[in-house]
Amino acid sequence: MSAVPGQTVGPFFHLGLEYPGMNELVPPSHPRAVRLHGRVLDGNGDPVPDAVLEIWQADPQGHIVREPGSLRRDGWTFTGWGRAATDPDGHYQFATLEPGATEPGRAPFFAVTVFARGLLDRLFTRAYLPDDTDALATDPLLDAIAPDRRSTLIATREPNGLVFDVRLQGEGETVFLTYPRLRDAWA
Amino acid sequence: MESSQADMNREIEAAAQQPGGPQPKIDYPPYRSSVLRHPKQPAHLIDPESVELWAPAFGHRDVADDEADLTIQHAGTPIGERIVVTGRVLDGDGRPVANQLVEVWQANAAGRYRHQRDQHPAPHDPNFTGVGRMLTGPDGTYRFQTIKPGPYPWRNHLNAWRPAHIHFSIFGSDFTQRLVTQMYFPGDPLFPLDPIYQSITDPKARELLIAQYDHDVTTPEWSTGYRWDIVLTGTHRTPLESDVEENA
Ligand SMILES: [Fe+2]
Repeated sequence: MSAVPGQTVGPFFHLGLEYPGMNELVPPSHPRAVRLHGRVLDGNGDPVPDAVLEIWQADPQGHIVREPGSLRRDGWTFTGWGRAATDPDGHYQFATLEPGATEPGRAPFFAVTVFARGLLDRLFTRAYLPDDTDALATDPLLDAIAPDRRSTLIATREPNGLVFDVRLQGEGETVFLTYPRLRDAWA
Repeated sequence: MESSQADMNREIEAAAQQPGGPQPKIDYPPYRSSVLRHPKQPAHLIDPESVELWAPAFGHRDVADDEADLTIQHAGTPIGERIVVTGRVLDGDGRPVANQLVEVWQANAAGRYRHQRDQHPAPHDPNFTGVGRMLTGPDGTYRFQTIKPGPYPWRNHLNAWRPAHIHFSIFGSDFTQRLVTQMYFPGDPLFPLDPIYQSITDPKARELLIAQYDHDVTTPEWSTGYRWDIVLTGTHRTPLESDVEENA
């Protein structure tokens, strides 16, 4: 069957996609809350003020979460999914928990989807936690990426959390991902 | 030095000479805002793993039934042509995507969004917000009632107008199936002039974005009906029967 093509999220996505608490997978006051944040930048290095990011992640124990409630958060249930729009400086932020390894020895990551006005189709990428250097060194994806681009997939640590910038184009361009069934659908 | 529609038509035609296949070309200069916002490196192909093999779960606690009716969100009735839009969300192997979230947003009948950045001097409708949410049923069916949106101008080039459309956000049963797109209405004279629609250079593929008028969805003395089925890419994980129950 032929898959339906994507189209840009456009300039007015806030109307349809924003809702209260969308970027708070846990309340920022949660004792284990971390701030995952960064900027979305264009090919000139200028901020993209009308982008929207989604993250999808395992819980801190590495379990894949099957809980509904991402749209109406109850303050207690961790759903593993959130959405954040960029502000006029191109900055986004999430309050969340750090994902755990879903298998022993694997490097934990956030799966990230990027949409923006001017971007005709969504982009996929990963934001790895920076800490487990052994797991990062043996990660099959990172291993397959040219060394000078690997860092685009790894968040950096700061006192209260993690920084992950997305460069849509040009110097330091983020590595974006595609998957076998996408390739086959559109071969 | 703003381009005219005639300039745009030439650019669209030139871009169609190098077909980009059934997906939108993300490098598509006729859509001016895309120039600095698309990656130039090819996407890296990987086998999905861990969370990428799953999609977030949504349930009835997330979405109220009346969020699928965009005509009852205010004290009065919105102005315009009342329509019902329905169809099924299917994965690339034809399996229904059950219990999954569909979000829609759109302009009102006059072509105006209820959004601060929409400066089109067409009237707002105090009785229309233009936002809906719903969950697909066990057979993947979604359905919502709304007002047919109007076409609207934008500043891509001189006298640029978007064909009437409804924005859709759809989740599949794994992360890789995530889709944001736009549904169009049959026979729109703006199709050949619109660089966003034409960024899909394969005519058969872009026609997948056009709903069909369906008289069986039309109801007497009330509304006209459109049908639009949404086929996602394939899942990388064979969905289990229990997926549906888990999500319920
Ligand atoms: Fe639109």
